[in-house]
Amino acid sequence: MTTTAVRIDPANPTKAPGRSRGDKRRGVRSPYPSWFYIPAGVLYLVFFALPTFSSFYFALTRWTLFSQQFIGLGNFVQFFQTPALTQGFINTLIYGFLTSAAKVVLGLALALLLTSPIFGRGYLRAVVFFPVLVSTVGVGLTFKSLLDPFHGVVNSVLGFFHLPQPGWYTDPHLALLTVAGVDIWKGVGIATLIFMAGIVAIPSEYFEAARVDGAGSWNVFRNVTLPLVRPAMATVIILSLIGGLRSFDLIWAMTNGGPGFSSDVIASVIYKQYQAGFFGLSTAGNVILFIVVTAIMVPVQWLLNRREAEL
Amino acid sequence: MKFSPLRRALVGTASVAAVALALTGCSGFGSTGSNTGSKVTITFLTQNDAADTAQAKALITGFEKKYPDVTVKLNTQPAGTQGDNLMKTKLSTKTMNDVFHYNSGSLFQALNPKTTMTDLSDQSWVNDLDKNFKEVVTAGGKVYGAPLGTSSAGGILYNKKIYQQLGLSVPTTWDEFIANGKKIQSADPSVTPVLQSFGDTWTSQLLVLGDFANINKQDPNWADNYTNNKGDAKYVNAPAFEGFQHTSEIVADGLVNKDYASMTNAQAMDALATGKAAQYPMLTSSMATVQQNEPNDMNDVGVFAIPSPDAKYTSLTLWEPNALYIPSTTKGDKLQAAKNFVAFANSSDGCTIQNQTGAAAGPYATSVCKLPSDAPDFIKDVQKYIDDDQASPALEFKSPIKGPNLETILVGVGSGTTTAQVGAQQYDQDVKAQAQQLGIKGW
Repeated sequence: MTTTAVRIDPANPTKAPGRSRGDKRRGVRSPYPSWFYIPAGVLYLVFFALPTFSSFYFALTRWTLFSQQFIGLGNFVQFFQTPALTQGFINTLIYGFLTSAAKVVLGLALALLLTSPIFGRGYLRAVVFFPVLVSTVGVGLTFKSLLDPFHGVVNSVLGFFHLPQPGWYTDPHLALLTVAGVDIWKGVGIATLIFMAGIVAIPSEYFEAARVDGAGSWNVFRNVTLPLVRPAMATVIILSLIGGLRSFDLIWAMTNGGPGFSSDVIASVIYKQYQAGFFGLSTAGNVILFIVVTAIMVPVQWLLNRREAEL
Repeated sequence: MKFSPLRRALVGTASVAAVALALTGCSGFGSTGSNTGSKVTITFLTQNDAADTAQAKALITGFEKKYPDVTVKLNTQPAGTQGDNLMKTKLSTKTMNDVFHYNSGSLFQALNPKTTMTDLSDQSWVNDLDKNFKEVVTAGGKVYGAPLGTSSAGGILYNKKIYQQLGLSVPTTWDEFIANGKKIQSADPSVTPVLQSFGDTWTSQLLVLGDFANINKQDPNWADNYTNNKGDAKYVNAPAFEGFQHTSEIVADGLVNKDYASMTNAQAMDALATGKAAQYPMLTSSMATVQQNEPNDMNDVGVFAIPSPDAKYTSLTLWEPNALYIPSTTKGDKLQAAKNFVAFANSSDGCTIQNQTGAAAGPYATSVCKLPSDAPDFIKDVQKYIDDDQASPALEFKSPIKGPNLETILVGVGSGTTTAQVGAQQYDQDVKAQAQQLGIKGW
């Protein structure tokens, strides 16, 4: 329902403006009849609005599924005392920003390659996109076996060349980075796809004009492609950052947050609370995650959109 | 912006529809099985691992032969914390199967048995129960569960052949244990003195959980004080600190296998049984792996209690068997059939089936069931500790509190990335969180 529609009123072009109030209202109508909204409205209420608001309530209770008791902000206090949380918090930020940055850089590079007239382009595009289609848990388990420090293929190959064989996901200093690496491998296809769409959408006149002006490849990239692909970049950054901050499945499949707490992120800490049967506490964790993601994403989105507007 | 009357009516209808949808979403699961004539169908829920499923199938076959009017349908679900949550969900939404197989002790208490389960105190098999077991399926003076399977012990599983070859004797103090480890290491560097298997994180807890009998021997009130947050019954303090100290000590001394970070429980059991390793802090229930993979090596493995620093406290920690329960939602013919099923499992016929299908890991908890004469040797080791009164139940059968992060914390301690001191502090914090969530007074 927008008020701007009053002036245009495409639904009733024959009706003269300035009639009775009721008629004006009718003019505000969207192109669909009201009953059209019921199915979506019901779905929205039951599956989105209701759980969201009830989770804000349950975050304030001690909830065992059999009974619940209102305990105010006790869960939040307790959540911040969880030994893994500080570590999980830092890990979430490292993981989110690292995977997002890598996807932007690699995605753009791959998109440049795959939009150029190279041999086997269609095949290569499919190969880059393939990991996106595979189940995350499947990817996690596959890499877990490939990277097994003693029996995995990767370390066997490294050992053959007498290179050091790191404990990819069993060394507390490496575990998070290893998972982030797999996440990048799996997610870069989507980033590439979005960048490719952005690059293809740039009118070829710009490139021709730049060439005529004598710009080299680097200058074309720097002054034509990069600025014009910015909307795509904003999309990639926002999607991958949100994905990274709330990432869970891959981490869980590969390390369960371990060894120790070294690859725990907020989402896995929350899941562990669910596992322990602390339903109120983990709901509080979800509310915290919601706030953290919002607190990071709102300014980021604002910044990216503002830049876009300045172009 | 105002709503027109039509809109308002629509929003109202939508809300009503939403509530209706939510309500219908929650019902409709209740009726599993059906009564056709005199034939009764009940459902039995057990864990989805091979051993439990095989045992359940054999029990059902035996039961249906004896009670041809009853059909039992088998349902399975995962064990572990995932299973715990499923149990709670099914019980609280009144959709639980007619008979279900689940842990005894603190996990049983967490299911709120007084309101969710059927009182079985008046059943005839109750009189045959071992008193320790009876305690761990009792709430408010009423018995709710019947044992299925044997008890097990947590201690050090060891390869008897290696001990014989090197002329070692079973250690009764922790120092002797470390000395044995060093002897094994110097005699044959290819043999791992002590196995750890953090590929399955739960296995990291044995040196702490299996040490409880020693703590209990030194201070019989420890479990009560721990539950009620009294005195210095904390893991940072002696004697409970021992377990954390031991976990870090074996790594610092270089006695642990190199691939401890990724080795799984099954791999470790294979290494132990085939003589690639000498000792493994583990539950005797893991011997089922050996029985399956290396049945000929079964009697090469023995078990001894985790040694206390002082020999006079060294005793073996026991885990009671899981139990069969009937939810309070099972009524009428089905209730009678369910009670018959539970009684069958604890009859001599049921015992025969348990002996045939389940890998025994210790003594039974009911006097009706006797271990077969060809029971593996390690059970004799367990029985000796029980006969000598050198055994007591694990902490989870004496206190409802067990911090959920113990295994994760101990992986840190057992990898040398966290000190024993810090690990114990973290666990005390974890215990506090659990106690507060359980709403236990004094926290």
